[in-house]
Amino acid sequence: MMVFGIDPIVLIASLMAASTPILLAAIGELVVEKTGVLNLGVEGMMITGAVCGFIVTMETGSPGAGFVAAAVGSALLSLIFAVLTQVFLANQVATGLALTLFGLGLSALMGQSYVGLKSPSFPAVNFGPLADIPVVGPILFNHDPMVYVALFTVVGVWAVLRYSRLGLILRAVGENHDAAHALGYKVVRIRILAIMFGGACAGMGGAYLSLVRVHQWVEGMTAGAGWIALAIVVFASWRAGRVLLGAYLFGGVTLLQLNLQAAGSNFPVQYLSMSPYLITILVLVLMSAGRRRNALHAPGSLGRVFHASS
Amino acid sequence: MSELLRIENLTKAYPGVVANSDVSFTIGAGEVHALLGENGAGKSTLVKMIYGLVKPDAGAMTLMGQPFTPTKPSDARAAGVAMVFQHFSLFDALSVAENVALGMENPPSTRHLAQQIREVSQTYGLPLDPDRQVGDLSAGERQRVEIIRCLLQDPKLLIMDEPTSVLTPQEVDILFETLRKLQAEGTSILYISHKLDEIRALCQAATVLRLGKVVGRCDPTEKSASELAEMMIGSNLHRPSRPAQEVGPVALEVKNLSLPSLSAFGTPLKDISMTVHKGQIFGIGGVAGNGQDELLAALSGEMQAPRGAITLHGDAIGHLGPTERRKRSVMAAPEERMGHAAVPAMSLTENAALTGMQPKDLATRGMIDWGKARDFAAEIIARFDVRTPGTQTAASALSGGNLQKFVIGREVMQNPEVLIVNQPTWGVDAHAAATIRQALMDLASAGTAVIVISQDLDELMEVSDVFAALNEGRLSAARPAAGLSIEEIGLMMGGAHDLEVAHVAG
Repeated sequence: MMVFGIDPIVLIASLMAASTPILLAAIGELVVEKTGVLNLGVEGMMITGAVCGFIVTMETGSPGAGFVAAAVGSALLSLIFAVLTQVFLANQVATGLALTLFGLGLSALMGQSYVGLKSPSFPAVNFGPLADIPVVGPILFNHDPMVYVALFTVVGVWAVLRYSRLGLILRAVGENHDAAHALGYKVVRIRILAIMFGGACAGMGGAYLSLVRVHQWVEGMTAGAGWIALAIVVFASWRAGRVLLGAYLFGGVTLLQLNLQAAGSNFPVQYLSMSPYLITILVLVLMSAGRRRNALHAPGSLGRVFHASS
Repeated sequence: MSELLRIENLTKAYPGVVANSDVSFTIGAGEVHALLGENGAGKSTLVKMIYGLVKPDAGAMTLMGQPFTPTKPSDARAAGVAMVFQHFSLFDALSVAENVALGMENPPSTRHLAQQIREVSQTYGLPLDPDRQVGDLSAGERQRVEIIRCLLQDPKLLIMDEPTSVLTPQEVDILFETLRKLQAEGTSILYISHKLDEIRALCQAATVLRLGKVVGRCDPTEKSASELAEMMIGSNLHRPSRPAQEVGPVALEVKNLSLPSLSAFGTPLKDISMTVHKGQIFGIGGVAGNGQDELLAALSGEMQAPRGAITLHGDAIGHLGPTERRKRSVMAAPEERMGHAAVPAMSLTENAALTGMQPKDLATRGMIDWGKARDFAAEIIARFDVRTPGTQTAASALSGGNLQKFVIGREVMQNPEVLIVNQPTWGVDAHAAATIRQALMDLASAGTAVIVISQDLDELMEVSDVFAALNEGRLSAARPAAGLSIEEIGLMMGGAHDLEVAHVAG
């Protein structure tokens, strides 16, 4: 079955892969923001992950090792942000922006001698006969491991935030850091760990771009994906399920417009190119419109500096 | 009575200030022990040390015969010490059960916990639904969440930091019932307050702190309130007073004023009518969050009202903004001093100039006369005993009570025709509070119409000629303040919000 020269099954299958970088970055940022920290450095952490993952993969030949290196590298980068904002009480917005600029520059420097190389392919997980089921098989059981890692991360974050004591403490720290401190929770330590988790997720998301989507290292290749991840977290009302929806919607519309361009649609290209951004934000805004602020789940201490006075 | 907690020579110094110096006292098992003192006497630091939030510099604590050195609150909780905070340590966006779970070491599963919350709240007459979001609860209900969180841990010692400051009189009665019941079961309570009547009604022993030192120990049931006050302050307290006088003509009139609320969590004003005469003090009571902020905003001009809803000497001023109203000598001092009444980052001179510009004639042709402004600020500082290094100090560097004296003084010294104040003595020590109340009374004697919005009923009874209560955005009919009983006031304030008095099963 073809619609406008596009096969819907192929489209859905490939949108899951196309959305993975943003999904990973957004779910990491969701955890960070749930603990009350606004880290605007997602873009910088993604691109650093992209270059770290690419370098290690080229040196070892193993994309798996590359993803681990990407997570570690970006977590270390985010540690700079964590120390500046949590220990030295720097402004989170300014520090986050600086982190993005720093990450872009650092990655360009690190990746200089890797420009133009092609990374080895990352094979799909073999599900055996499951992959042969019609419709479901190609959509669900024919992807590389990172697609499943991303999905499990989303489910894991959702379950932990909703059902576990750890999640409750995370939310409490983000909701009212003074009260959490008064009850004896280590606000700074919890936040630093959350920031590093967010960094690792963003790094893996970035590496997915360089190792799976493009198979190359290109300077500035994240091209705003980190900012979209940030926007998705806000418009998804800090809910894991909606982050998944937002990321898939963005990935899906991106693919659809590319396919439309390729299929020779006579709609102006510029409008098609901006459509993923417009549609994603529009849908999420409509979903969160008309509710009271506390129903939006915005963490009460988001972006505020915590200083233990007692 | 056997001994539960012994505190010996506890000392804690912060840079530039000794918060506690050589503090010693003991709490017996099943005793309600009062810790009495002015703001800044070191009560809060002391209990934070007992609760493991602050580490003492020197001294020792003994709990049930064992050395007690909590380094974090969970140590204190494990040892049987629980605390209800003055500013509630609650999380608005979380449910009651989640809030309770956060204060426990090993909380049971959510369903189990909800069941326990229901049981405890029934036993102690503190009805509470575990599934409700804390952000939607009233102040009294929030306090119940904190108390139940403590009770579920079966504490040996319950610390309560100024628990009644946000409650209606009826809610206070219910709280006292609960505390007496706990005491009967053998729980000791350390009760911090500066409300002397409460301490006399509840406590068997008292330790009085002044400037970080123990200045007296007594059995509060054997002392009068004024004797306790003298121990606390160290001198006789001047009680504000003013001569009786005839009521003047109507100054400010509000007719059927209804306005939407300022914010999502606010309270809309519903059909408010009031008449304030020259030389009269109109007291408005009520529990926080019943429309006080909105009423102040409507009267000061921050929120514009229908033109004729507010009249000054018969002229409609409802549509005018704050500057226009100030020109007509209608002035206001809001509750939140930091950022609302004063700009935190600006100096006292600049803050004085911000509202005193026209009445004090501080500007000529748009240029500020800084010399005059400085003099004006210095006058306020001198008359209201504001403790500050000078007029160039930033407002944010002043303690809350000191800044409060400054912002009230700033309006009082402009001799307004109508003055509206919200919580004029909140967080101010007894001496300064007396100064502020006396200044408000002097203004009224000189012919100003004064509207005092406050949650401190003693204050309202002391200063007001006429009393009305705000409840859910509605203002009750005004009644003469003299002769009103506390029960009548409680009913005007909306009673106890569907509470029931505690009755223990078994």
